[in-house]
Amino acid sequence: MRELISELFIRNFSNPYLDKLNDFAAVTIDSGRIALSTDSFVVEPWSFPGGNLGDLAVCGTVNDISMSGATPLYLTCGFILPEGMPFDDLEEIVGAMARRAKESGVQIVTGDTKVVEPGAGPFINTAGVGAIPAGVTIGGEMAKPGDAVIVTGAVGSHGIAVLSKREGLTFSTDVISDCAPLNKIVASLINNGIIPRVLRDPTRGGVAGALNEIAAQSRVEIEIDDTKIPLEEGVRSACEMLGYDPLHIANEGCMLAIVAGEDEEKALKIIRGCKYGERAASIGTVAGGQPRVTARTLLGTKRLVDPPSGELLPRIC
Amino acid sequence: MNHLDRSDPDLLKKLLKRIRVYAGPPLTIMEVCGTHTVSIARMGLSTLLPEGVSLLSGPGCPVCVTPIEFFDEAIYLAREKNVVIATYGDAMRVPGSGATLLEVKAEGGQVHPVYSTTDALNLAIKNKDREVVFLGLGFETTAPTVAHALLTAKKQRIDNFSVLSAHKVLLPAMEALLLDPEVKVNAFLCPGHASMVLGWRCYEELASKYGVPSVVAGFEPHEILLGINMLLAQAKSGGVHVENAYPKAVSEYGNTAALDILGGVFKKVDSNWRGLGLIPGSGYDLADDFAKYDAREKFLKGVEIISAEPAGCRCADVLRGVIPPAKCPLFASRCNPKAPVGACMVSSEGACGAHYRYREA
Repeated sequence: MRELISELFIRNFSNPYLDKLNDFAAVTIDSGRIALSTDSFVVEPWSFPGGNLGDLAVCGTVNDISMSGATPLYLTCGFILPEGMPFDDLEEIVGAMARRAKESGVQIVTGDTKVVEPGAGPFINTAGVGAIPAGVTIGGEMAKPGDAVIVTGAVGSHGIAVLSKREGLTFSTDVISDCAPLNKIVASLINNGIIPRVLRDPTRGGVAGALNEIAAQSRVEIEIDDTKIPLEEGVRSACEMLGYDPLHIANEGCMLAIVAGEDEEKALKIIRGCKYGERAASIGTVAGGQPRVTARTLLGTKRLVDPPSGELLPRIC
Repeated sequence: MNHLDRSDPDLLKKLLKRIRVYAGPPLTIMEVCGTHTVSIARMGLSTLLPEGVSLLSGPGCPVCVTPIEFFDEAIYLAREKNVVIATYGDAMRVPGSGATLLEVKAEGGQVHPVYSTTDALNLAIKNKDREVVFLGLGFETTAPTVAHALLTAKKQRIDNFSVLSAHKVLLPAMEALLLDPEVKVNAFLCPGHASMVLGWRCYEELASKYGVPSVVAGFEPHEILLGINMLLAQAKSGGVHVENAYPKAVSEYGNTAALDILGGVFKKVDSNWRGLGLIPGSGYDLADDFAKYDAREKFLKGVEIISAEPAGCRCADVLRGVIPPAKCPLFASRCNPKAPVGACMVSSEGACGAHYRYREA
């Protein structure tokens, strides 16, 4: 079995580093500064509309590295697999990883596999490294009054897609996960002279969670406009049915980009010209004042936007 | 492209303008639907109302109106009777006298959030060696789906499935509010969901007996604003009618098939409400033919459960519209979504939860 797995990984991920079959990968990175990130992926069910665990394992770490402005280069991956997992299932996951690695231009250079008792997992950990271009400094603490807040796609699709598959919801079957690598959007911005101040992929905790983190880090107020947040109809109806706030739902293929006010239009145009950025929208601005997130309602009043508190639990209607 | 809020801005502007120029007798409108509560809070409507017009949240949130003893019963079943509890998720965070179902789950108790009664039935089918108890909460909106599940259980002999019912009858509670001298309500924004089952005619007796204008409204911001406009028009003209501002979903006599199922599986009983106390004929218990599927009959006969409301909690006054959430001394201090003291803070559509979440900046 182990040989079969090794063969599967080599066949799918083949590159000069991995093919040497060492316990390590010796790589060269031509950069002064590098970005490192790691994430573990435990999604249940492992396959969902729009992707699977493998898509997430690559896109998740590629995106985390990209949020620094870095070009993601190499990934490591650790598989924790349940004993007796059908080989075809594993192949589906590994195939997705290979496709996403190719799409985002990263190489999976070393890895590890453990087998645990049946019923657990599959789980994947990936870690990655990327090269930060000279002169690029991006971070959650850098938002300034006057900046514009852009979201690169419709919000909430991943969380609702996974939920609908896991729980067999029949009313949101058309929702597919937005899972996607965002590094090419980031590269396009930087290559065209836009260095965002903050990039953040609003995964767990959703847009509300991510914006509250940024507001706290940068000590600014972020004001968004309820009427400008893009979302799919299926996400809206699922949230209405279950009493969820779309701003609290996890995303895996969109990001928040905070750019200088004067860069807003240019940044939007660049993002919309990229794959996965077609639905980008400017959703708010950064203001001075106390660190918090507010939303202009459709009637023009202003409300607070809190991060989600605790696990999202469906309501009774 | 869709957006978080999709009502036509021009239509909203027109509807809001008409509300803001209202000049008529003072009107206190109560909504008795959690989804209305959320929508109103989210759009920040309350601060835009003209002088003399106010909105109050009533007993429209299912977990909020369910008394604490129900949660104590469920916790007792999970802890002492070793049953599997299947429940809609927001009931898991409602404090019982000593714990929540979420805490019971963390202790290792079998508490499963479900998304439908079908999920609960499937849980029973998959766990033949365990007893599965579904927590039946809510008004005429949810009760028919539970009735349907009970019919299925009976037909397919899923005998390890039962329901702990706290289902409520909407109209007696609305009447109890009108009879309560502390409650100052003189118009109802009637719920869209419950009215789909009940039909809009059902409010006529109440409207004429107590002189309360009543309008059934949908949930989109413009639908709510339209409903309020219609109530204000009635108040201005001195008329008292039941009107349907949600004709795309609500008919005159409702969903008769759902009402038939409801009548066949449940019987109306006197029922205790959080905040409103015991109201005659305001609850649905399982009919005698379904005693075998009644969790109280099965597990709680002769069991005495003593419940105690949390000290200082004023959910009871909030649910009657006697005080707005912000007037509760615990609101946003000791009681918040992360650590809710009362049920109204737990549910996303509880008055306190909605007012906290969408509080004015």
